[in-house]
This record gives sequence, structure tokens and C-alpha cells, in this order.
Amino acid sequence: MVTQRIKFYQTGTFTVGNRLLDEASRTVQSRMDRTNSLDSGHRACQGCGEALGARYALDAAMRAAQNQLVAVNATGCLEVFSSPYPESAWRIPWLHSLFGNAPAVASGVAAALRAKGRTDIRVIAQGGDGATVDIGFGCLSGMFERNDDVLYICYDNEAYMNTGVQRSGSTPPHAWTNTTQAVGPSPGNPPGVGKNLPRLAMAHGIPYVATASVADLHDLEAKVMKATPLRGARYIHIHVPCPLGWKADPAHTIKVARLAVESGLFPLFEAEYGQVTSRTPIRKQVPVERYLELQGRFAHLFGDPPNREAIASIQAIADANIQFFGLCESQKVSS
Amino acid sequence: MNRKPFAITLDPDSSLANHTGSWRTMRPEYHDHLPPCNHACPAGENIQRWLYEAEEGKYEAAWRQIMEDNPLPAVHGRVCYHPCESACNRGQLDEAVNIHAVERFLGDEAIRQGWTVAPGAPTGKRVLVVGAGPSGLSAAYHLARFGHQVTIYEAGPQPGGMLRFGIPQYRLPRKILDAEIARILSMGVHLVLNRKVEDLEHDIQAGRFDATFLAIGAHLSKRIEIPGRDAGRILDALSFLKSVSSGEPPKLGRRVAIYGGGNTALDAARTAQRLGAEEAILIYRRDRAHMPAHESEVEEALEEGILTRWLRTIKHIEDSTLTVEEMVLDDQGKPQPTGRFETLEADTVILALGQEVDTSFLRKVPGLEISADGVIQVDETLMTGRPGVFAGGDMVPAERTVTVATGHGKKAARHIDAYLRGTRYVKPPSNPLATFDRLNTWYYTDADQSKQPLLALARRRESFDEVVGGLTEETALLEARRCLSCGTCFECDNCYGMCPDNAIIKRGPGQGYIIDYDYCKGCGLCAEECPCGAIDMVNERR
Repeated sequence: MVTQRIKFYQTGTFTVGNRLLDEASRTVQSRMDRTNSLDSGHRACQGCGEALGARYALDAAMRAAQNQLVAVNATGCLEVFSSPYPESAWRIPWLHSLFGNAPAVASGVAAALRAKGRTDIRVIAQGGDGATVDIGFGCLSGMFERNDDVLYICYDNEAYMNTGVQRSGSTPPHAWTNTTQAVGPSPGNPPGVGKNLPRLAMAHGIPYVATASVADLHDLEAKVMKATPLRGARYIHIHVPCPLGWKADPAHTIKVARLAVESGLFPLFEAEYGQVTSRTPIRKQVPVERYLELQGRFAHLFGDPPNREAIASIQAIADANIQFFGLCESQKVSS
Repeated sequence: MNRKPFAITLDPDSSLANHTGSWRTMRPEYHDHLPPCNHACPAGENIQRWLYEAEEGKYEAAWRQIMEDNPLPAVHGRVCYHPCESACNRGQLDEAVNIHAVERFLGDEAIRQGWTVAPGAPTGKRVLVVGAGPSGLSAAYHLARFGHQVTIYEAGPQPGGMLRFGIPQYRLPRKILDAEIARILSMGVHLVLNRKVEDLEHDIQAGRFDATFLAIGAHLSKRIEIPGRDAGRILDALSFLKSVSSGEPPKLGRRVAIYGGGNTALDAARTAQRLGAEEAILIYRRDRAHMPAHESEVEEALEEGILTRWLRTIKHIEDSTLTVEEMVLDDQGKPQPTGRFETLEADTVILALGQEVDTSFLRKVPGLEISADGVIQVDETLMTGRPGVFAGGDMVPAERTVTVATGHGKKAARHIDAYLRGTRYVKPPSNPLATFDRLNTWYYTDADQSKQPLLALARRRESFDEVVGGLTEETALLEARRCLSCGTCFECDNCYGMCPDNAIIKRGPGQGYIIDYDYCKGCGLCAEECPCGAIDMVNERR
């Protein structure tokens, strides 16, 4: 996604707001009238990347849909911490059914709206990586195949955090979880397993697939605002660090997400009808160690001696991403 | 608590009943830190603040912010050695902000637009300022803003002091200096020229002055004895520069040797070349690395073809032949003789060995203390041993630069004002320094420094036209926008946008933010992602 980078301005467009930019070019999050779709008082942990990512995405979608929006939520951290009985932190129409059926419920909501002739109301389904990659994948694949008019957003924190950090199909190789302990000849999550859901979504040939990160708000908002008014099945995969499950400092949530992008481990791109149409170039490339060393779930790679083989294999994944998407090709910035 | 059946619609925002602030062990607090540029400025300018105004194109507001501290921005944008830029945190990122170039743009813009500053409401107090150099002019300006009636006695025929007689025109065009002095005088400051003070007590009594500020500078050139017979022309650098400034340049001959390594030596060498000397040779007892002259001036001089003889002292002069001895630097960087000699030819020798204060007229003032090296002793309020008589600039112990002198003028004016009101001026405490490690530099766009144009070399060698050009409005604006705003919130919205708990309330442009401690969980994301380091995490008091 190419967002306009304002050269020479004090902070360019890397910060959330910028008083030197005209109002229209600023982020939704910098606005005093943002929806705050997910409001204060929710029970997410300190520094929760998912709470942040959900507000970023839904506030942008609300703006794009002129506040005509319904969100369907799968079971998971986001659902649990936002709606413990009798409280709700939601300021948008929001409903929850089961762990695995959010795409199907959203398909139903979209069908009902179509039957009522309400073409103005947009439907979002959302869930964590467990609900998306594993438990709800059948329903999601069906929703994609039928090209139902739903934007599905996955907040990927790379394990089942709500139930106590168990491995999911999105857990990266070598990461510690409670079900992939850092013991034995190949400690942590075994390499060579798991699923790359953005590429699986692309394989369905749906109108729009994108990845985004809480570390790049401008890019994230641009993608959500582009996807919201499109018709048919759309998928956005947002990388959201989990301080608890990743054993990282809550203050480092954005920093860790940024290093995932800058190392090449989490490539930012867009695809339409199965073809990659844009990628967000890496600004300052860093070795994967910089990303891994901030997280306790990779601490066993940095023992004495460090597990150089495992680190090299993770670097190889980053290098392959950079190569495949062309993330380090210099891209002209508009001044 | 609302009573609803289980698994039914919950009211929006009902989570606000859950005060998650109780989880907190650390709390974020907005604390401004002192930007290193402000910390380094001898005139006490709030540089970060005026760059902030300039970034939005509010040039008049930016200029008025400078004028709070320094009445001579167009002058300082040209001649200040800008310690602010040496301290600038951006220097550790790419290149320091070109602060002096922006200041010069604002100063020139003020002259073009005719912006003025109003004097304060009259207090009826009368203050005598002795000397119309940068320190005296600065004091007069600030005293006029306090509402005091100021009279300046200047011994010379024109105001400006060292700015006029010590700094060559190619560094400071006279029309710029004249315009900034005229603006101060237009505030009702009374200037008396060719008025040398011989008997201070008498002048104070006769003029019914309630307080006095002495700022006569250091105008006596230091002398050394160089043995020799029938020595050729020997000048001192200050008299030389002064005569050139007064339009009466002396005859120099073909080859000129300048003895010394300070800024005055370089000014004299460059001026000699402009007057037609074919060779201007700088002779200095240490090497280039140990020269007290400012680096940019050394570079400009060498570009212009000034010749150098490092590690040499003049031992003997006979006719136009100089005998110089080669020196070596010892472990302390002090020059030591080697016993090796060589000879040089020079039609004129200009001595630039430093300056002293002419304190003769002060010997009779009771209580006034003059130290062995000839400078006036003052207390921390710049007051001398004689109550009501203050002193500043080159004549008191301090670094001798235009900006230090200007800063003394402001400081003295504040203490004189307090003295006249029967109070004491207490400087407000400074914030802790905004160091580079507090910044999150990821958020700053890469941007090269805007450079000032330089006059073509051929024209530099033979004319007194200004060497360094100014920035245009466009480049000045871009340069101002390179400021990192170290330690000072510039409302980038990062904290507001990145709080996972919506616990930061944005109050609108210019109003900043407040933290809603009912919901802030103390995660520290806001402090970590603040680009300029204006948020501290502090222990929760419980």
C-alpha cells in the first residue's frame, strides 16, 4: 500500500497525527471525533496489541461506512475482554455467537441485510488467529468461496492467548507456547508446520486481501478504508503483539510489531483477485535478532551458546519474504 | 449494576463502570524536558519554541519569541558561533538543524516587514548604559521593555562596538546592523555618541541615574615584545579592522603576516586579502586543531587562500624579515621551542593576540573590584562591588563572544529591574535535559540539512560583499521543520492514538493532552512511542 509520505515535515506521516498536514490527510485515530469503537474499561492486559488493532480497524471502517456497520465477533481474547457480563466496551452494533462460526454468522447478517434492501450497512467479521486459522477456517473458506459481502479481519497474536497461550496454526517456528515447550532437541514450535492465512485467502481469488500491522497506522487505516466499501469477500490480517503470550514488555507492543515488519518477518502487502498488487517497502531493514530478542518466547534461542541454526532459519524466512514481495526495493516517495 | 438476563444485549460503553486504572503500578506523566539547543544558547533563547512557530509559517510569532531574549536576531543569525547546533540532537541522527540560518531568515524578514517591539509602561527610573556594543544594546532593549528610561554613553562615533569595528562587513553587512540598532533606539532609548566616561561617579550623579550597566568591552590589543631593529610595519588587529570599518584602510604592502590563531586573526587575514594583499600568512604557535578560532571561519579562510604556518612563533623582526622558531606540542598541547629557525618575508605584521579591558576610568569608583587580569569582578547578579553598578560582556570573566555579551545584557537588565523595584530576580528552575536517548527517532522523516549559498570564491577574495547567503522562505520553512522538538510535546497524537485503553484525552490544537487515570493501566506504550521524550513513567504512589 502506498500512502503518501510527506517528506521534510518534522515527523512525516509516521506519527499518528501531524499538525502540519491538512485535516483530510491525518489519520482517523488522530481525530477528536473518532468512534472509539472499543472503549475504556475493557479488560485486556496492559499494552494489548489486539485491543489497539481492533480500535484502529473498526474506527477506520466506521468512518469509511459512515457509521453504518455491524461487527460479528468470534470467541477469543477480544470477545472475552470486551464483554464480560454485564459490561460491554463496544460502541458499535456487535454480536458474538461461537468460536468457529463468525464467518458463517456474518454471511447470514449480510444475507439478511440484502433481503431487507439495506445496501448501506457494511458487515465485518473478526476474530483472533485461533478462530480464523484453525477453528473457524471451514466457515471462512466457505464465506470466501461464496464471495459473501463481508470484510473479515483477523487479529493475529500467534497463539491461543485467552486460554493460556497454546499453540495455533499461526504460531511461528521455534516460539515457546504452553503446548510447545522450550525443551528437547527442537525446542519450541516445530518448524515447517502452520498456515499462512493471507496466502490461503489469496488462493480463493477473492476481491481483496491485505496484511497490516499496529506499528503502521497510516498503512492499516488506508487498507481498512479501501476494503470497507468494496463488495464481496475481503480479508485483512493484522499483526498484533501479545505482551502476555510473547513474554514481552507491554510498553514494547508497537516496537515489537515494527521490528516484525522491518525485519521482513511480517510483510505488508495487498492482493486483488489472487494477485499481489502492492507492498509496503521496509524503511530500515533490521536482522531478525532485533525482533526475537525482545520476546521471552524466543529466549531459549539466545542461551549460552545461542541457537544460531534456529536464528538463521528464521532469518531465511524473512529473507524469502523480502525477496518474494520485493520489500527492499526503493520506492519513489512523493514530496 | 444493571440487571439483565444472561447472554442478552449489553448497553454500549457499560465497561466504563470498570475502572482499570486500579491495575496500574506505574503512571505516565507529561514532563517537558529542556531541549539541548536552549540549554546551550548563551542568550537564553527558546529555540525549540521559535522553530515550532516557524514550522507553521508563523514567522512574526517566531521572531517575537526570539525577541523575548535577543534583540539582534539578524546579527546573531550571521555572527553567532551557534553552540545550539553543536548541541542539537539531530546531529546524532543526520545533521544538526541549521538554526542560525533560520534565525537569520527571521531577522531579515523582520527588517523587511518593519516589525517592532513596544517599550514597557514608564516606571520613571533612569538607567545609564556605558557602551553601545552588543551587551549594552541588549541591556538597553530589555530595560526599555521593563519601562525604564535608558541613556547610552558611547565613546565611539557610531554604535555597535565590536559588531561594527571588530567584525568585517563580509560577515555582517552594516545595513543589517544599523537596522537592528535603529529598532532598539526607536523604543525611546537615548544614545549619546562620542561621549567617553571619564568619571563614572560624577556622570551618575549628574545624570540622576538610578542604576548603571557597564559594557565597554575589551578593546585594548594585547602586546608582546618582539626584539628587532628597524622593524617594518606592525599593526594590531583591532586597530586595523577598526580603520578598515571606518573607511580608512592602511597601506599593507604585498605580503602580510598575521600573528595569532583566534577569530580576530582570521578576520584580519581575510580583510588584508580583500584590501589587495597578494599573500596573507597566518602564523600561529600551535596547530589547526588547537586554534581557538571557530571551525567554519577557518574553513572559509582556507578556501579563500589564506596561507598558514602552524607551530611557529615570531622571534625577531628586522626590516621585512621575520625570524620564526618551529614549535612542537607537548602532552598538554602546549607549544615548546625546538631551536630550529626559519625566515619569512612580510611587508606588514598584524598582531592578533587577544584583547584587554580598558579599566582606567573605573579605578576611582569605590567598592569596584578589578582582578589582576584586568576584568571586573561581579556577583551572580552581574552587580559590581559598587551597589547599583552592574557590568557584563567582554569586561567581566566569561567567554568573549557576541552571544555571551547579548545574554549578559538580558541578565543584567533583569537584575537591574529587580534592584530598581527593591526585589530580587530569581531565575525559574530549568527542566532536566532532553538527551538523545529519550527520543524515539523512528518517527522522524529523513531530511537533509538546507544549506546556505556561498559567494563565488573569486568575488570573495576582492570584495567585502557578504560571503554567506540567506535561506529562502521555502528552505527556511523546511529547515525549521527538521527540528525534533526534543523533550517538548508538539502534539503528534502518538500517545492519543496508541493508547489501547483510550485513556488519553486530546484537548484540541495547542491544548495538549490529559491522561484519564481512571482507565490508564500504566502499560507505558505512550512513553515508549513518544517521539520527543515528553512523557515519563513514574512509580504510582500508594
